[in-house]
Amino acid sequence: MRRFATERAKRLLFGSLLASRSPPSAFLCSSPPAAAAMDPAAGVVTVDTINPKVLKCEYAVRGEIVSHAQRLQQELQDKPGSHPFDEILYCNIGNPQSLGQQPVTFFREVLALCDHPSLLDKSETHALFSADAIARAWQILDVIPGRATGAYSHKLLIRQGIKGLRDAIAAGIADRDGFPANPDDIFLTDGASPAVHMMMQLLIRSEKDGILCPIPQYPLYSASIALHGGSLVPYYLDESTGWGLEISELKKQLEDARSKGITVRALVVINPGNPTGQVLAEENQREIVNFCKNEGLVLLADEVYQENIYVDDKKFNSFKKITRSMGYIDDEIPLVSFQSVSKGYYGECGKRGGYMEVTGFNAQVREQIYKVASVNLCSNISGQILASLVMNPPKVGDESYESFNADKNGILSSLARRAKALEDAFNSLEGVSCNKAEGAMYLFPRLRLPQKAIAAAKAVNAAPDAFYARRLLDATGIVVVPGSGFGQVPGTWHVRCTILPQEDKIPAIISRLKAFHEAFMEEFRD
Amino acid sequence: MSPKPLDYESLNENVKKVAYAVRGELYLRASELQKEGKKIIFTNVGNPHALGQKPLTFPRQVVALCQAPFLLDDPHVGILFPADAIARAKHYLSLTSGGLGAYSDSRGLPGIRKEVAEFIERRDGYPSDPELIYLTDGASKGVMQILNTVIRNEKDGILVPVPQYPLYSAAISLFGGSLVPYYLEEEANWGLDINHLRQSVAAARMKGITVRAMVIINPGNPTGQCLSEANLNGLLKFCFQENLVLLADEVYQQNIYQDERPFISARKILLDMGPPMSKEVQLVSFHTVSKGYWGECGQRGGYFEMTNIPAKTVDEIYKVASVSLSPNVPGQIFMGLMVNPLKPGDISYLRFVAESTAILESLKRRAHIMTDGFNSCRNVVCNFTEGAMYSFPQIRLPPRAIEAAKSAGKAPDVFYCLKLLEATGISTVPGSGFGQKEGVFHLRTTILPAEEDMPAIMTSFKKFNDEFMEQYEDYRGYSRM
Repeated sequence: MRRFATERAKRLLFGSLLASRSPPSAFLCSSPPAAAAMDPAAGVVTVDTINPKVLKCEYAVRGEIVSHAQRLQQELQDKPGSHPFDEILYCNIGNPQSLGQQPVTFFREVLALCDHPSLLDKSETHALFSADAIARAWQILDVIPGRATGAYSHKLLIRQGIKGLRDAIAAGIADRDGFPANPDDIFLTDGASPAVHMMMQLLIRSEKDGILCPIPQYPLYSASIALHGGSLVPYYLDESTGWGLEISELKKQLEDARSKGITVRALVVINPGNPTGQVLAEENQREIVNFCKNEGLVLLADEVYQENIYVDDKKFNSFKKITRSMGYIDDEIPLVSFQSVSKGYYGECGKRGGYMEVTGFNAQVREQIYKVASVNLCSNISGQILASLVMNPPKVGDESYESFNADKNGILSSLARRAKALEDAFNSLEGVSCNKAEGAMYLFPRLRLPQKAIAAAKAVNAAPDAFYARRLLDATGIVVVPGSGFGQVPGTWHVRCTILPQEDKIPAIISRLKAFHEAFMEEFRD
Repeated sequence: MSPKPLDYESLNENVKKVAYAVRGELYLRASELQKEGKKIIFTNVGNPHALGQKPLTFPRQVVALCQAPFLLDDPHVGILFPADAIARAKHYLSLTSGGLGAYSDSRGLPGIRKEVAEFIERRDGYPSDPELIYLTDGASKGVMQILNTVIRNEKDGILVPVPQYPLYSAAISLFGGSLVPYYLEEEANWGLDINHLRQSVAAARMKGITVRAMVIINPGNPTGQCLSEANLNGLLKFCFQENLVLLADEVYQQNIYQDERPFISARKILLDMGPPMSKEVQLVSFHTVSKGYWGECGQRGGYFEMTNIPAKTVDEIYKVASVSLSPNVPGQIFMGLMVNPLKPGDISYLRFVAESTAILESLKRRAHIMTDGFNSCRNVVCNFTEGAMYSFPQIRLPPRAIEAAKSAGKAPDVFYCLKLLEATGISTVPGSGFGQKEGVFHLRTTILPAEEDMPAIMTSFKKFNDEFMEQYEDYRGYSRM
């Protein structure tokens, strides 16, 4: 990435461009015009003159390797047979339905009815839709003012999402945790990502404000912190203990940051982890809560993978549940919990549905959150409806329960099998070790690359894991994201691979992967 | 005990500076009254479906089918859905990479961006590049993204019309920039005077502000005026001379209620000018499915189109878009349907045209009813709503009313609007939320309440206003002096 001149230099450059364009006017130029080494036709919005925070921000999940993959895909289309593979397999992004996962039928039935409510007035609708989907659609439309799914949710407090839907979500949270939830603590957003941005916006005042983030992390956090001009304070997860989170490490990094003059404001915890897949043990969670309380940090709990658990000995516990079970009441622990409709067994990424549950802060601050949320008017209604469905799926006894449960278990058990198959495959490769994916949708194998490979990477100005990922793509069509996009202990290399390709494609992926890896290791053998 | 991170004192100052008037004091009071059982007429947000406007049938049929593709395999589907809706649903599903549930390209589905480009070409007569069109969750997200790209620090100024739609002031505050106001001329039908623009820019520069961009809202919000070709020409030349990027908010382009000034896009005028300007002036144009005769606010569908933005900048904008993964897919499909409507001969065409025409003509009638209604009131002067969805009458408050407001600790227009609300249940937004000249007061209402309710609303308003004016006018009250 280009490194740019300082702020002042940029202003100088722009100032001189301005001077050459505008008629003489009585304005005071705060800096003398400098010889502009700029393209005179560049205009205002050039890469030299845009917000430097935009330049700083990076997001590897849809980065360079993906652009290259798209080029290869186009080449395959234009000239079939031009590559040693038939198709590009996008294992870079947690986007299940793009790889063939089917949506949950019940959810789609309800959404279709809500999108076109006049269907509910027709008798033929009963032939095409299940009775409980119809009932649920009626229920939902009843809580939407005017049954207008095309309306902004505009009345007071509805900018944070339609009240009736937030009631349903709060009820779902209470069911899940065994502790009550307040609908007014819920802010419905276009996916979890905008909610994360909102919190970063609120918390970050300058680059002296730091946010503790796990390494490896999902790069939304690093990108958002950069965009908002803050500092990322890394804490390392321990690969040797299945990506364990140690309080001692948290303490160490916190002290370190403070000694550098950084005010650490919040702790991000991703549970289950992305890219690492670990599910936190309850005891660990309690330690984390106490740590935040003692150090005065906001706990930002990214829990979007809460329904993706593949091991019997671990269970998802929301941080909300943990704090309440420890006896803490609402205003003692500032906690923001993020959930999304994009993951789980529903995988509805394209709908952009999600919410944050904000607890433990005062009305004044809540005003501010509401204000920021309302500048964008509201989140899309379809996503709001879906969030309420995800948190309140069919129950035993409902007409759709059997088929819903079959859909759900089918998807989850398949994900568990794929997680295991790919984990074993990576572990079978020379120099590769891969921790189990206890949850989420990814594997994050560690690659111990030979010196020759590392040198070859350096020679083309690439990080070794990016070099490996690029070679993998060129040889097999499989797209993974280099570990450097997520952060890793310096000198270690990883790639992130999703577990999402359909089960019948997995054997072919594994054999191609093995063949590629053997050839690669042979080529670069020391 | 040091303040906690989410204590009010320790929040990002820029967040605290944001004021977004479309919900403010009036809102709170309206809500309280509603809870007490009073009937409130909400005329504060451009939210057509919430006030009874029916969604167009065809797009809802298409999107419902896209939501539930298993319906397409059902033998009964033809009973519930017309063949062209079924065909169109299949078309849009084929453009997705896995249906509505998959993240699309961060810029939006290529097939839909192509439809948008084709729409722009038909509208303007110039080809448009789908690669430079990004779909967004509503136009607001696009505006925020572009402003965030342009604003580096508080010395960067953005020219914004006054009165304006407060998204702009809010976003500029949030991103830590400076708002540079340029006043629209109420007496000249909210016209834009280039001399005023020059003055605003000069004043800003004297304060050390680097003016970077100019926002136009055409048709205007809250003012409704449609810019003339001459106006557009003039301001594009101005942007060229002053090296400003033009941000053209054109979300109301379908809402035009007069024939003298039809909608012309900023892009068309720019390209008509030919080189060098057509190749140099940087322009970003915004559109949405929330307005027009579609009114699908809740879907969050929008786009922005970039003209003359360098490739490297486009890359940076793409990069930031990718952090949020993708705009919502149903909203994208609504956008596709809006720019690629039905054609004569399609089964649903006649019904679609009937529905759309009915909405537009009713809006036009309501624009007249409201303007005339306001103008029939004492001390109220109202420019005609040439376009968009709002009426922005000027209320000439007598000095005693202004004093009374002061004593009550309220801005004069807020005072008036609160009284209006309490007396009639009509909830409006005071003009101070949009900006106005010092000492001149307005309120904004939408023209969206149902047509059959309009006469009663205007009668109710007139009764309140004329009584208010009687109460506060000078020749009353001091009768013994």
